Amino acid sequence: MNVLEAVQRARESGDFSPLVEAIPYLTFLGVRVEVRDGRRVGVMPFADHLVGNPTVPALHGGTLAALLESMAHLECLASTDTKQLPRTITQTVDFLRSGRTRETYAVARVLKAGRRVTTLHVVAFQDDEAQPIATATVHLKVG
Amino acid sequence: MADEPVDLEMMNAAFRDFVPHNKALQLTLVAATWNPPQVTLKLPWDARLVGNPETQVLHGGAITTLLDACCGASVYVKLKSPQPIATLDLRVDFLGRAPAHRDVFAKAECYRVTQSVAFVRASAWVDDEAEPFAAATATFALSTQGRAITQDEVRKGLVP
Repeated sequence: MNVLEAVQRARESGDFSPLVEAIPYLTFLGVRVEVRDGRRVGVMPFADHLVGNPTVPALHGGTLAALLESMAHLECLASTDTKQLPRTITQTVDFLRSGRTRETYAVARVLKAGRRVTTLHVVAFQDDEAQPIATATVHLKVG
Repeated sequence: MADEPVDLEMMNAAFRDFVPHNKALQLTLVAATWNPPQVTLKLPWDARLVGNPETQVLHGGAITTLLDACCGASVYVKLKSPQPIATLDLRVDFLGRAPAHRDVFAKAECYRVTQSVAFVRASAWVDDEAEPFAAATATFALSTQGRAITQDEVRKGLVP
């Protein structure tokens, strides 16, 4: 199954596993997508190779940025009818709290779906969604 | 200290070998100067980091991680003394895309520090530094949680 077929299947069935599994980097990070309360949630279980600061210890900021960007892409594919894979134009990440050595979640929301550019806001959190550890604004080229 | 060249072996021992995610990505410092406070990192091509299996282009997340790590390393050469830092914000502009099956390089310069914040700009390229495919700006909070890894620990290879 190619990536666009996996996108189509995810849109029809709500099952993002084939799409996520088709992307090697998401497998490397250990990211999966679950549907919870009707929302698509990116889940990144803790793993030793995700640590950026062993003295806290804390997750590498890059792993959080990657989770946020990945969920922006997946949410864009899931909730808009873009015919091509989105490409990131620019991404701005704010790191609010250190990522602890536990499971991390991310939820993306489309702010504007345009013909050429779609903009999303993504929030990453661990125990408490009201206490986000990182957020991102992502502009995607979709046409 | 500022007159001596940066000890790349020592810096790699701290940046790569003590930072599990940098090690997982095989990030390596290939150049660094105290003045200007610049560092250059290499991200070797790795099929595990592909974001689009059809084009084999690396995932943006791997590029963002490279730029974040590179920006952070430049803060260390600017400060000259190791202390814990944390990224406050990071903006990455994707000017193009990196070709498949090629090593990626990034260079960062920490152009200003205050008592509590460091300001950094960086870019990433494949063939020609003058033609970057990604550009970044970042700010870092200084003296944050955790502690600096000491040179003794690096020499002895002690993992905290």
